[in-house]
Amino acid sequence: MSEPLLSAKNLVTRLFTDSGTVLAVDGVSLHVGHGEAVALVGESGCGKSMTALSLMRLVRKPGRIISGEVTFEGRNLLSLSEREMRDVRGGRLAMVFQDPMTFLNPLMRVGEQIMEAVLLHQRLGRSAARLAALEALERVGIPAAKNVMDYFPHQLSGGMRQRVLIAMAISSKPAMLIADEPTTALDVTIQAQIMRLLAQLRRELSSSMLLITHDLGLVAEYCDRVYVMYAGRIVEEGDVFGVFANPRHPYTRALLRSTLSPDRRIQKLSSIEGQPPNLIMPPPGCRFHPRCGEKLPKCAVDAPPDFALAPGVGARCWLYEGNGHAAAP
Amino acid sequence: MAITHTLAEPTWWRIFSRNRASVAGAVVLVALFALAIFAPVFLRFEPGRINVGPSMAPPGLIHLMGTDELGRDVFSRATAGLSVSLMVGFGAATISTFLGIVVGGLAGFFGRRTDALLMRLTEVFQVIPRFFLAVLLVAFFGASILNILVTIAVLSWPEIARLVRGEFLSLRSRQFVDAARVAGASRMSLIFVEILPNALGPVVVNATLMVGQAMLLEAGLSYLGLGDPTKASLGQMLQEAQQIMRSAWWTTAFPGLLIFLCVLSLNLVGDGLTDILNPRSRER
Amino acid sequence: MPTASLLLYVGGRLAQAVPILFIIILINFALIHAAPGDPVDFLIGATEATPEYIESLRREFGLDQPLWVQLATYLSKIVQFDLGYSLRFREPVLSLILSRMPATLLLMGTALLFSSAVGILLGVIAARRPYSAGDYAATFVSLAGYSMPVFWLGQIMLIVFALHMAWFPTQGMYSLRAPSQGFGRILDVAHHLVLPAITYSFYHLALIYRLTRVKMQEVMALDFITTARAKGVAEGRVVYRHALRNAILPVVTVIGLNFGFMLAGSVLTETVFAWPGMGRLLYEAIGARDYPVLMGLFVVLSVMVICANVLTDVTYALIDPRVVYR
Repeated sequence: MSEPLLSAKNLVTRLFTDSGTVLAVDGVSLHVGHGEAVALVGESGCGKSMTALSLMRLVRKPGRIISGEVTFEGRNLLSLSEREMRDVRGGRLAMVFQDPMTFLNPLMRVGEQIMEAVLLHQRLGRSAARLAALEALERVGIPAAKNVMDYFPHQLSGGMRQRVLIAMAISSKPAMLIADEPTTALDVTIQAQIMRLLAQLRRELSSSMLLITHDLGLVAEYCDRVYVMYAGRIVEEGDVFGVFANPRHPYTRALLRSTLSPDRRIQKLSSIEGQPPNLIMPPPGCRFHPRCGEKLPKCAVDAPPDFALAPGVGARCWLYEGNGHAAAP
Repeated sequence: MAITHTLAEPTWWRIFSRNRASVAGAVVLVALFALAIFAPVFLRFEPGRINVGPSMAPPGLIHLMGTDELGRDVFSRATAGLSVSLMVGFGAATISTFLGIVVGGLAGFFGRRTDALLMRLTEVFQVIPRFFLAVLLVAFFGASILNILVTIAVLSWPEIARLVRGEFLSLRSRQFVDAARVAGASRMSLIFVEILPNALGPVVVNATLMVGQAMLLEAGLSYLGLGDPTKASLGQMLQEAQQIMRSAWWTTAFPGLLIFLCVLSLNLVGDGLTDILNPRSRER
Repeated sequence: MPTASLLLYVGGRLAQAVPILFIIILINFALIHAAPGDPVDFLIGATEATPEYIESLRREFGLDQPLWVQLATYLSKIVQFDLGYSLRFREPVLSLILSRMPATLLLMGTALLFSSAVGILLGVIAARRPYSAGDYAATFVSLAGYSMPVFWLGQIMLIVFALHMAWFPTQGMYSLRAPSQGFGRILDVAHHLVLPAITYSFYHLALIYRLTRVKMQEVMALDFITTARAKGVAEGRVVYRHALRNAILPVVTVIGLNFGFMLAGSVLTETVFAWPGMGRLLYEAIGARDYPVLMGLFVVLSVMVICANVLTDVTYALIDPRVVYR
């Protein structure tokens, strides 16, 4: 219980493009414990999807994982051979993606696609694999699963397709599920259904989940802990109640202020001033400082380290220099 | 003023010159044009004149490309043939492009009935094998340069029309057109000043490639014996070479090489132009 | 795959072909009357004909009747598969053409199969290794391939491989001295087939290669490829089972669309190598100004192109379930 299921230390991933090198993931450290639901939150383009892909070692050209450590079930994923990694992917560590229409092969039947995952990770014959795929479909709540097995993706609705993606991911009963914006492409009503499904599956399979999202509402409702990401770096971490009730980092505060909630009466919609930073040439010092309302002079010069304020709680901000001790740079 | 480029775009020459193959193609093309235009001035031998040299002589200093069985200088004939081939190629492409723009623009802009009619037409042309229709047309109407040129043009314009129509359809609902219309621009002005310049990009690319296709088509027709007997084109030289090429490889190698270089350089230039003028292909 | 909806689809496509066929026949008819000269000349060709024969033709086609009657007569003849008579070859046009068809189909079929298979394979390989030296070389060679007049290439190949190196025969489909039956015959024909088939494939191979390469690169960047990898699928299977199937759709379409062009190439190639197919027949007919044969060939070749188009659409529907299933 003390050893986290997944732990990333100083993960660095860069994208080498024609316009320059994008510092997409710039020294990210996070961990997910057994049975935990952890959220990775941030604006679009802050590097959270890239982090997820890096954890799965799915980064392709022009991107490359430069350095860091990713320990999953005691093994460093970054040092595995490609074949060993393939065993892990889709098996013990699975991922659910954002837009089910584009993330499913349009020319392959749904059942086939799930069976493919089953056959790769379980020692089953074809007919047994078919049954396993059927079971997975039923598990995610697809009605008439037997017929749906033979459908093509375009014959299903958005919500159903997302369930198929989830079925593919859980078919081998993974220890951890990474969900990258699983509900963003769906209608609001379906969103709730899918999230409830994910929560239920998590309980049934006793697996952990890393939820990548920009929707703070989902985080509040379904997650235990949260990492806030900005411009390729983690700027705040903590348990959900704590972070939401008492956000430390100015960015987190601004983020929470700018969301609507029925509990608070807001006269004006507030938004965070300024533009998200250019990750090819990020601002010097603290990356948030151009948009920060509480900045100090040194914020423009030195990048703050992550200050640990309590076990599992931290903020990457000079405001906390005295309070906590610097954990990691 | 029609909106064509945003300020931050590199100039067309810079993009073009990044693609070195295209530049090479352009150079070769210019050289071939120069050859066709200026060589007649410097030619020592009259193109069609027989017995200006020994029969079936291999390439040498006097006859750069050798002579054929009638003692005609291959080099002179080839340069003359080159100008014929270029003329037919560019002529046919120009006419069909012009026709295509007009018809396609009208169909794309006015839509519905004109459009439906045009689409039917292009579909028919797509299915009917163009080459054989060309053979038929030239065989029936006579093999003169003009006929060949018109035939090729007539068979090629539907493709351009389709392209233009597609561009017009997508452009006419864009905001800058609405802006101009609200500002009081007449229909003609909308077509010619606003939409057309933006639609022309892919059309120019297509037209360039079409010149090459037209040249190959003309060469093919001539090779089969449907060329203009009074004006030998390169294709025709290859037809004549068929009998004697076993002993005189130069009678086929050089004329064919000229066609090849023309079409190749046109294709290279076309590829290069695609990068500049086809905004969709630029997002690579 | 519900065969009912597939059959309906095929039926629909075939039905669409009928008006096009009509237009083709119309073109022939129009040409006979619109071209300069006596229509009768176009029904005979440039060969010498007796006055009696000319008279009989005039009656048969009703050349003194109003145009629409003539058209009806003409149409009824075609529907009964009567494409006219060739004086030069002394044979009904249709049977003449059909006798030459197998040779052309053999040449075209071989070339199409070879060039499609190799083109696709090379395209897939190139897509996995973009911007390598081999890739640039292959791209350039393929560009050269479709800038070359196919008959010139044929002549060069003939000179180099058949005349200088004497590896292959220079013309025809079979040698007179070779066995006329059995395996020996097959080998002989195959030997003759090599040069024309390779010459003829060049253009198509180049086209397919370029297209496959581009499409594969596009498809490999799509999202569902990431899903496959995330499932732990090995890269080889990702490429061939997931990506290729999707990339091949436009390739199939292009192969089909290009059929008419391929047919033209066949004509030219057959002429270079004296391959006794329909293409060579066209060449001979042009030389003899045998209009009945020319018109007949136009009809038959157009029909072939239409069939090829329908076949392409059906193949596409078989690969892409979205067409039929909707």
